[in-house]
Amino acid sequence: MDKPKVGFYWCASCGGCEEAVVDLAETILDVVEVVDIVFWPCAMDFKREDVEAMPDGTMAACFVNGAVRTSEQRAMAELCRRKSQSLVAFGSCAHLGGVPGLANLHSRQSILQACYGDGVFTTVNPDRVVPGPRTERPEGSLELPELDGEVKRLDHCVTVDYYLPGCPPPVKLIVDAVTAIVENKLPPEGTVLAPDTALCHDCPRLDSKPEEPFIDRFRRPHQIPIDPEKCFLTQGLLCLGPATRSGCDNACIQGNMPCTGCMGPLSGVRDQGAAALSAVASLMATNDASQADRVAAELADLAGTLYRYGMPSSLLFKKAEQDRTGGVPCPSE
Amino acid sequence: MSDSNRSAQPPGWEPRITAFFCNWCTYTASDLAGVSRMAYAPNTRVIRVMCSGRIDPQFVLAALRAGADGVLIGGCHPGDCHYQEGNYKCLRRFTMLRRYLSEMGIDPQRLRLEWIAASEGDKVQRVTNEMVEQIRKLGPLKLAPLPQAQGCQRAVAERAAAEV
Repeated sequence: MDKPKVGFYWCASCGGCEEAVVDLAETILDVVEVVDIVFWPCAMDFKREDVEAMPDGTMAACFVNGAVRTSEQRAMAELCRRKSQSLVAFGSCAHLGGVPGLANLHSRQSILQACYGDGVFTTVNPDRVVPGPRTERPEGSLELPELDGEVKRLDHCVTVDYYLPGCPPPVKLIVDAVTAIVENKLPPEGTVLAPDTALCHDCPRLDSKPEEPFIDRFRRPHQIPIDPEKCFLTQGLLCLGPATRSGCDNACIQGNMPCTGCMGPLSGVRDQGAAALSAVASLMATNDASQADRVAAELADLAGTLYRYGMPSSLLFKKAEQDRTGGVPCPSE
Repeated sequence: MSDSNRSAQPPGWEPRITAFFCNWCTYTASDLAGVSRMAYAPNTRVIRVMCSGRIDPQFVLAALRAGADGVLIGGCHPGDCHYQEGNYKCLRRFTMLRRYLSEMGIDPQRLRLEWIAASEGDKVQRVTNEMVEQIRKLGPLKLAPLPQAQGCQRAVAERAAAEV
């Protein structure tokens, strides 16, 4: 019997998800034993033409990581979808939009301006060339994929059958997913392949969390020595454990850093950041409006912190450009 | 862009406001306003919740996403909460949520919290009218359209089969 064929592809991502596959270490040999990798541009020599030449549905599963922002990424996502029976959104970016999704806090115009216009990020660009779908230069014309107006997650563009959450997905969950494919024991389509309990549920520090509201001020991890035993929230550090799915074996907590929410929301939650806001705000130890506002003001970059991995999955999706611009302190009533 | 130099409101547009009122105080007050025949702006859609502490920030965002131009929250006065401290939790969430809305380019005045006791029918009338005027000044809320999730392959196939 032929081994099931699998593929890996990346869109707008950092390469950390590919690293996670490499992190399988010796286990990857067991994986290669049972599956054939037929597409993995990051690590092996396959071309787009090779994939286009495959009959539709050739791959049992294709793991696509990264958010989607360019016309090329959309086209590749559609190609991978066509050629595979199951498409797996691999990692936070494909699942929720991820860190690249934070670009939805800015307009495309202001991003291009920052990168190419005033020379903040580029080293040498005296002519202020802004790359577009077609750029004419004396040396010839250059075609590039088009940059969309906003960052989307994978299932905004194509149908997705499974989601492997995490930034990057924990090795154990990857192995479980591959095993399920090989043994043909996949759960119902649309499932997030991780436990459906909050991180706090099995946090070793849970017992140190008091019942009553206790946050008198917020701090950032570099500002205080972090107690390795106590709940981060009791130390004033924003931990998204209450609103984040478990399955990561508390990797950050074990490393004495608070959860930043990469595993995404639990199945009953529509908007992860709002759920986190609800949990954290209600723990502020004050009943006074202006005092509450002072405490909340200590959270720098609230939107970016609550939605670090999921701005494109939030109800607001993108910063509105109509009203007052961000960062304005709100007067409390 | 500040609110003051926004262009004129679209013709025929009326502010739409979702109001979350707690069962024990503000909703009872709005009942009182009704039986007392107090007239006030008809732009609010009132949703009764058992306590202002029940109002998940997701409700507010979902209301804005569903087309509300503003959200009004009404709860019991501090110290009067039927559940002891639900309104304090509401206050804390409200404070942080306003900051989030502001960072997302949404004027925080689109979200308002008022403590209205069961006897204060006139306050429901006044606050509602004020809120409608406030939103009228701000204009319609325009959010970036939300892309639709495509779902999984099988669900799409089943939907297609059902349509045939």
